[in-house]
Amino acid sequence: MSTSASLVALKRTPLFDTHIACNAKMVDFGGWEMPLHYGSQVEEHHQVRRHAGMFDVSHMLNVDIKGNDVRDFLRRLVANNVDKLQTPGKALYSCMLNPQGGVIDDLIVYFLSETHFRLVVNAGSAEKDVAWIKQQASATHPSLTITPRRDLAMIAVQGPAARQAVWSVWPHCRLASESLIAFSAQVEGDVMIARTGYTGEDGFEIVLPVCDAPAFWSALKTAGVAPAGLGARDTLRLEAGMNLYGNEMDETVSPLDAGLAWTVDMKTARAFIGREALEANGKQRAFVGLKLLDRGAGVIRAHMKVVTPYGDGEITSGTHSPTLGFSVAMARVPLAVVAGDTVHVDIRGKLVPALVVKMPFVRNGKALVS
Amino acid sequence: MNIPANLKYTKSHEWIRLEEDGTITVGITDPAQEMLGDLVFVGDVKVGEVLSAGETAGVVESVKAASDIYAPVSGEVTEFNGELDAAPESLNGAPYANWIFKMKPANVEDLAKLLDAAAYQAVATAG
Repeated sequence: MSTSASLVALKRTPLFDTHIACNAKMVDFGGWEMPLHYGSQVEEHHQVRRHAGMFDVSHMLNVDIKGNDVRDFLRRLVANNVDKLQTPGKALYSCMLNPQGGVIDDLIVYFLSETHFRLVVNAGSAEKDVAWIKQQASATHPSLTITPRRDLAMIAVQGPAARQAVWSVWPHCRLASESLIAFSAQVEGDVMIARTGYTGEDGFEIVLPVCDAPAFWSALKTAGVAPAGLGARDTLRLEAGMNLYGNEMDETVSPLDAGLAWTVDMKTARAFIGREALEANGKQRAFVGLKLLDRGAGVIRAHMKVVTPYGDGEITSGTHSPTLGFSVAMARVPLAVVAGDTVHVDIRGKLVPALVVKMPFVRNGKALVS
Repeated sequence: MNIPANLKYTKSHEWIRLEEDGTITVGITDPAQEMLGDLVFVGDVKVGEVLSAGETAGVVESVKAASDIYAPVSGEVTEFNGELDAAPESLNGAPYANWIFKMKPANVEDLAKLLDAAAYQAVATAG
């Protein structure tokens, strides 16, 4: 066994002291000192699937873009089409591509008004994202203002009982947030309540001023919401079939090869950054889910080799699924591989059979793969 | 952290108990299970394999990561605890009550090279 290196000059969220008080095991995640778990990663996972759990996601960055032609700017900046956003509060998942068609980051765009859109980007990519966005804006839309909002914290409350728990703590927000459909948000001042998440369960992601975050967290905890760390967040998102930036895609990977074709809108002639490269290269790899068939062989992990009749592939993420009780994974494999095929994963030198399955593995507490 | 005084230890976080029949019983320590988190798989132990001290004897996997376990001394692997197939998490709950494998040491004197509880405590505390 090896032990983790000492933590050097890591960034901390406004909930750092709260995590320590909750006995969190802290780890380095993209330069941030974040809770891995508060005792048991698996218990936290089950809490979210069965009741409600909460995650500090304040390391992610809200970026406000304001001005008269924000929508036009975003039509070019991101691969999904912001013209799908016609009702204020509506959200859209998208990749932001480089000219080579690689993924700079995946993000959520919130349409707040015609002069105000918000992007929520990954922690590890936040600085390069802001630099890229500013560079693009200065070239084509110099009148826009681009504001990283480190004055805002963000807490994800997820699980079948999550929304009720939020309303019990914040009764004043019930009326406005009860009618929210999936992937939409309601904004009141610096508080944004979005019906979004990264677990495959119902719930909210709540943006609020940094100063209000610790009290809100404590109140949720008293209301029975379990603090959950990055460990549970990773197993939950993997079961839910959701990509993780840096694992499933990065600046060298096309969204078409990462199972994200559904987020790339080429139905209209819209000229977005990376489009020409995507059209020139097309889809080169299949992106699939795997279920390990031999439970006595261990756990599939990222970067393991996948052997198929059509050539080799690679695991992008793999874990033991706490909900299913066996190992599942995401893999990039030759195009000819389809659901129902059996492939083999090289687990420490042993070729172990795995079934190619459709993702997600789990959604709303229910196993979709058995 | 729980480090019983009656066992021997390695720097790689195995505990070792010398049995009356001259075999040794090997498991992972409480600090080890704590660092790994929820264990979901224990295996790759080959009964009959002859190993040198420090060679890989098997693997323990948590939800988070896989970690090799090592032969504390040279010798032959004589048994694997098959109960771990169905209940790897028992190593989290009771790391010293649940063993992983047994070995027949090539030289019982080699056990003197292992750490005692105080020396292991220092290793575990240093992280």
